[in-house]
Amino acid sequence: MNTEILGVVLQWVCLVVLCYPLGRYIAKVYKGERTWSDFMAPAERWVYRICGIDPNVDMNWKQFLKALLAVNLFWFLWGMILLVCQGWLPLNPDGNAGQTASQAFNTCISFMANCNLQHYSGETGLSYFTQLYVIMLFQFITAACGMAAMAGIMNALKGKTTKAIGNFWVFMTKSVTRVLMPLALLVGILLIINGTPMSFDGKQTLRTLEGNEQVISQGPAAAIIPIKQLGTNGGGYFGVNSSHPLENPNAFTNMLECWAILIIPMAMVFALGFYLRRKKLAWCIFGVMLFAYTAGIVISVSQEMGGSRQIEAMGIAQDMGSMEGKEVRIGSAASAMWGMTTTVTSNGSVNSMHDSQTPLSGMMQMLNMQINCWFGGVGVGWMNYFSFLIIAVFISGLMVGRTPEFLGKKVEAREMKIATLVVLLHPFVILVGTALSSWLAVYDPELASAWLNNPSFHGLSEMLYEYTSSAANNGSGFEGLTDNTDFWNISTGIVLILSRYFPIVGQVAIAGLLAEKKYIPESAGTLKTDTGTFSLMTFVVIFIVAALSFFPALALGPIADYLTI
Amino acid sequence: MKSFWISIKYTVAMCVLLSIGYVVVLRLTAKVVSPNDGEAEVVTLDGRIVGAANVGQTFTDTCYFWGRPSAVGYDGGASGGSNKATTNPEYLEEVEGRIEAFLTAHPYLSREEVPSEIVTASGSGLDPDISPRAAAVQVKRVAENRGLSETTVKNLVDSLTRQPWLGLFGTPKVNVLSLNVALDKMSK
Repeated sequence: MNTEILGVVLQWVCLVVLCYPLGRYIAKVYKGERTWSDFMAPAERWVYRICGIDPNVDMNWKQFLKALLAVNLFWFLWGMILLVCQGWLPLNPDGNAGQTASQAFNTCISFMANCNLQHYSGETGLSYFTQLYVIMLFQFITAACGMAAMAGIMNALKGKTTKAIGNFWVFMTKSVTRVLMPLALLVGILLIINGTPMSFDGKQTLRTLEGNEQVISQGPAAAIIPIKQLGTNGGGYFGVNSSHPLENPNAFTNMLECWAILIIPMAMVFALGFYLRRKKLAWCIFGVMLFAYTAGIVISVSQEMGGSRQIEAMGIAQDMGSMEGKEVRIGSAASAMWGMTTTVTSNGSVNSMHDSQTPLSGMMQMLNMQINCWFGGVGVGWMNYFSFLIIAVFISGLMVGRTPEFLGKKVEAREMKIATLVVLLHPFVILVGTALSSWLAVYDPELASAWLNNPSFHGLSEMLYEYTSSAANNGSGFEGLTDNTDFWNISTGIVLILSRYFPIVGQVAIAGLLAEKKYIPESAGTLKTDTGTFSLMTFVVIFIVAALSFFPALALGPIADYLTI
Repeated sequence: MKSFWISIKYTVAMCVLLSIGYVVVLRLTAKVVSPNDGEAEVVTLDGRIVGAANVGQTFTDTCYFWGRPSAVGYDGGASGGSNKATTNPEYLEEVEGRIEAFLTAHPYLSREEVPSEIVTASGSGLDPDISPRAAAVQVKRVAENRGLSETTVKNLVDSLTRQPWLGLFGTPKVNVLSLNVALDKMSK
């Protein structure tokens, strides 16, 4: 069998096999049970003492959200100041200048929102100081923030009738010390062994074999790459992210990094099952997500390995598949696999240029982000699925004439309204953003040619992808788009804020509201949510919402691009 | 306001734990296990550093094997891909130009023997490798220009071809720089 396909299969197997035990472990951590990682407890106590946090205080959902929003607001100030001032700060051996205000605004928001859209290139746009004290720090703590929100929701759904949903600071700290940091250390060490740089020296200058001068950017890359993957952040150390040969030196590191993207989001589904003691529900959710993810891989891998029709027509050999924008050591199959993995989660790191992939792969990437809940970002991905679950419960309840209930709690108008708003916000910001930028581009052709790297349908795809990626807090891009302009920095920045915080607030609120309700024991009249039929129902609800909202835009972008001869 | 005050202290505490603690652990690990003390690994010829092992460089001389086209001219300080869509007519013209140039340099090849990866730009612009097939089509040219037999050059390529990981997963590849350095060593 083809070794490229075997690589993809191995990758898939490693994910599916290892997510189950990790999920069990994460559930134990949030429950506060004994685990092997208890040696981290002194570090956690130190953090609580320094900050004046009482870890035994339980918060209600409003206090929980207040703490979450306050810390995020402070991160915004922290990031803005450091990014603008980085030129004067230490650890800047390459002498890179501070970012402009609009660029710093975009960078800061995008890392705060766990999106990691990058309108700069790591080699020239950041110093080692900001790489470590803004970028890497945010990659840890914003991921932990998403995980804490999910832990809060799980806690709310577990209780019979309760106001308390747990302590935000404790969930967040444990997410860092017990899950993210140990895994990041493991991945980091493996990367260093394989040749990823981890030093504080500036660029190396050398003379090549043919006698030209070449400079090589390096630095503390191996500290940032593991957490960029594990925290579903995606912001690369180098400009071209994991297609850079120092960031991703060989087939093994590629597999490791790609594994690190999805392992925690997958494990979170089982963490939920263990936490709520509803393993069957977890298997049902996992089944739906895995089916959608695998279907995407099959389509994209076959497209990329099949190669580009236009190149085929030129009469050259395309044995390796479509290779524009891809690396030889990675190959077209693993590039397609990564493209799907990075878009089903909110990761957004890339190991090939998505702009240059074949049209249908581009469409699958956008569709994954437009649906935004097949595994999704650490914590928040499952929360998006949760919104759809609430809607599916309501719709099926109406269809079969039963009171809509989820986990023993009645779903009523108030929860439905919030869930619907959260679900509809996503297509709204993507389509309005794309419409606005297309309108500007049509009325001012100069603007269009300044922004877009490719003409016609693919140009529209570039803009659609940018807003989709921002709204899904993904951060990958059709990077041909010239996006470091005030218009793109600010408009995508606004989309980022809306689509990170509205859903989190809405979903925690739903969980908090459900938690306060009276627990109704399961009876014959209860609609069962852990069955194949209900899973199918949820899938259909998700697919109809996404397909109906996005199909017209996709038809004008990637589908038209595909049909062009 | 109390939450905000906690936020400030919390962020600083996390800096100590992560931006200092975690980073220092990895830096010390790199001192021990990294191939080149945490810096990009380099390749030397006669005691002179001629390149980074994992970063590609430009080769235009007919005595050398050539790497893939690069959208950034193999600038290791600023990586980048072309980001061209495979449906873009301007892009297709560019590829056509590369195919013709490659055929001119290798007149013994027919068009369908040209592998697409040698005329399309890599994602990073720094791809250090080519496929065994892309090396095979250049063997005759390199052998002629160096006055070596085709078999010698072909054997060298075969010995430097790296098989997929564990022989099973991924792609086979040839590192262009190590191949050319080996050629230079051989010609001495």
